[in-house]
Amino acid sequence: MKESVGLGKNSQLGLTTLLTFAILALAWFVGFASRLFAIVRFESIIHEFDPWFNYRATHHMVQNGFYNFLNWFDERAWYPLGRIVGGTVYPGLMVTSGLIHWILDGLNFHVHIREICVFLAPTFSGLTAIATYFLTKELWSPGAGLFAACFIAITPGYTSRSVAGSYDNEGIAIFALQFTYFLWVKSLKTGSVTWAALCALSYFYMVSAWGGYVFIINLIPLHALALIIMGRYSSRLFVSYTTFYCLATILSMQIPFVGFQPVRTSEHMPAFGIFGLLQIVAAMHYARTRITRQQFLTLFVGGLTVVGGLAVVVYFALVWGGYVAPFSGRFYSLWDTGYAKIHIPIIASVSEHQPTTWVSFFFDLHITAAVFPVGLWYCIKKVNDERVFIILYAVSAVYFAGVMVRLMLTLTPAVCVLSGIAFSYTYEKYLKDDEKVPGSTGSTKSGEPRTYDKPGKSKPSSSESDDQVSVNVKTFVSVLLLIFLLMFVVHATYVTSNAYSHPSVVLQTASGNGDRLIMDDFREAYHWLRENTADEARVMSWWDYGYQIAGMANRTTLVDNNTWNNSHIALVGKAMSSNESAAYEIMRALDVDYILVIFGGVIGYSGDDINKFLWMVRIAQGEHPKDIREENYFTESGEYSVGAQASEIMLNCLMYKMSYYRFAETRVGYNQPAGFDRTRGYVIGKKDVTLDYIEEAYTTENWLVRIYKLKDLPNRPQIKPADLTVPFRGKRVAKGKNKKGILLQNESVKGKKAEAV
Amino acid sequence: MSAQVVQVVQKLCDDYVKTTPQKLKIIDAYMTYILFTGIIQFVYCLLVGTFPFNSFLSGFISTVASFVLASCLRMQVNEENRSEFSEISPERAFADFIFANLILHLVVTNFLG
Repeated sequence: MKESVGLGKNSQLGLTTLLTFAILALAWFVGFASRLFAIVRFESIIHEFDPWFNYRATHHMVQNGFYNFLNWFDERAWYPLGRIVGGTVYPGLMVTSGLIHWILDGLNFHVHIREICVFLAPTFSGLTAIATYFLTKELWSPGAGLFAACFIAITPGYTSRSVAGSYDNEGIAIFALQFTYFLWVKSLKTGSVTWAALCALSYFYMVSAWGGYVFIINLIPLHALALIIMGRYSSRLFVSYTTFYCLATILSMQIPFVGFQPVRTSEHMPAFGIFGLLQIVAAMHYARTRITRQQFLTLFVGGLTVVGGLAVVVYFALVWGGYVAPFSGRFYSLWDTGYAKIHIPIIASVSEHQPTTWVSFFFDLHITAAVFPVGLWYCIKKVNDERVFIILYAVSAVYFAGVMVRLMLTLTPAVCVLSGIAFSYTYEKYLKDDEKVPGSTGSTKSGEPRTYDKPGKSKPSSSESDDQVSVNVKTFVSVLLLIFLLMFVVHATYVTSNAYSHPSVVLQTASGNGDRLIMDDFREAYHWLRENTADEARVMSWWDYGYQIAGMANRTTLVDNNTWNNSHIALVGKAMSSNESAAYEIMRALDVDYILVIFGGVIGYSGDDINKFLWMVRIAQGEHPKDIREENYFTESGEYSVGAQASEIMLNCLMYKMSYYRFAETRVGYNQPAGFDRTRGYVIGKKDVTLDYIEEAYTTENWLVRIYKLKDLPNRPQIKPADLTVPFRGKRVAKGKNKKGILLQNESVKGKKAEAV
Repeated sequence: MSAQVVQVVQKLCDDYVKTTPQKLKIIDAYMTYILFTGIIQFVYCLLVGTFPFNSFLSGFISTVASFVLASCLRMQVNEENRSEFSEISPERAFADFIFANLILHLVVTNFLG
């Protein structure tokens, strides 16, 4: 492609470069701008749940320095256990924004760390687009790269995790993922140690940013294995893989949270196995040129079987001996979708761990979901070493995306790359005769990327022979694809604006006349907690709200979104699902001061605690099967309901009482009966809820958050002060002669007696 | 069978002594040295235990990685592989080798503890 000779070619190259830069810059800008809906509509605020912890940790790091952050023991989480934050967090995100903050400070741009956190993900989406461009360029052509970069910049599947304010690991991890893959493909193509070392460094950044790095450390070995099996082994593969593996392994162990996992867990063992295999294959190749075929077979086919068998035996011995941890539950849940529901309800309870529906494929990927198999087909037809990689990437990612909604995120880049290839290749075919046929130039407006494919690939003789499509068909196809692309842009913008730009900390509804109504109940409640409770007050809530309480209210929580201790969560679940007196005992034992519940019955907010309640029961049942039984919470016909048929246990559990306390006193609509629950759509089962052990402390404007205060233990029976003193007569009974149980001054200690017995 | 194996190994050795250039033999000597270092470390860990696991790992990975990097260097400067590494001159290969070693040993030093 580089053999452009002559002046005409040179100016062509200049134009190409200019266009490449312009398109990438535009992709960056569009990607950045389309992620700002939330900021424009609401404000610069951190979204959702996990980002609040990330923000809090970043804030802590910026204030106290990096080393204090690594050693941070957070006593405000997981009361009374606490959490070692430095050792249980992927610090890449915090370090990245801390670094940006530090640089900006050095340049005298004093920006609050919150703004950096809010805008970090949109900024990185541009970098992702550029990394995708480079990856696709290596895999196919620069034109396809530009298509892919434009796709990834706006595709809803990626926007969903990277809108402004969505300050989460995935925001920077997808960039690291794409960049690592680019460097891997590059190092495989050149066989250069430098590229492989850079790939390891990029992998290190990925490890520091997201747990999804396991995908990389399994996909790259899979690629190497596939190449070996396909007979595509080359010294370049050996150089790039072994260099990458060695450096990547020791680099990844520098992250405290990862620790010795790369040598201790089964998830990392395939990479090691392929490393060993490559050594053998390399030795084979070395020897093959030097001895006869017969000798070669006797020496190595036997040797390979022995070594392979030995490796498997050693692996199982290590697992059995406890040196290598077997595959974790999360791993099994990827292969058996029912696994998590049975064994780890806490994982199954998270909505983003549910299997993906077909609709969401279309919703998140739109036309690219339909087009990427075409790109895949082109890659299979014109396969080479690096295209094997994208094939494996796409196939595995499609599978994982089908298992879990959340893993849609890893599929999206592959889909963008392949759609880029498909579009570029098709356009290359169908717009080729543009210069000769001026009639079809009408469709060139947004098809600029194809310009790049021309200089290198124009082989008029071959193309004319294999495509005998008439000009009309060409025009038709080009315009049709163009319409698809425009529809994709419209869809992406629509989805981003309507589905993925909600902070979920602030709710928005439309009033009767179409105005926007902002409901700020969450922040109202957290602010109330911050201002009106003691600094060391402990707030119990379901784990979803732990990070927000810590981040916004700055109060101690019992459980939070870092669900590392299942039994502690189960205890909270048990408290929520027990009756008041039993719950009171648990809460006393846990030193709870306040309880916070989310209740959507007044405004019809469906993500409230009553709708999550069954998971609390299930998780509690997992740890306390004697006290909590899931079936006790169903109606007689086996449904989950809080209406008239609800079981007695359901109507008396703490969660029900806290949600519906005094609810019947209000009316949600003019023509609704008292106690009508908007979210559930029926009248609740028990309207006169009384509370004995807790009292209502605060309820927000729309009843979304309700805070209760634990009452102190009831006082002992009153004793008059006069009764407390035993008059001293100056006459003591000698020890030995005293008769048991008889007091000399019977009457004067009446009050005391009650206590002493 | 075993006689055959011995014969094959014999042939390989002869071949090696005859055909390998001096430059590669130096690299091979270096690799042999690293191999022994690694074996000694491994035997030590089997006998004494892996207690400061990070120290053992950094030492052992350092040897493995050095060995691998040296073998990469050897592949790249080998004339027989010229066709595969057409873009990489021996000087470039050596610079790459140094770069990777630099990264490796910075990390190893950090990890030694």
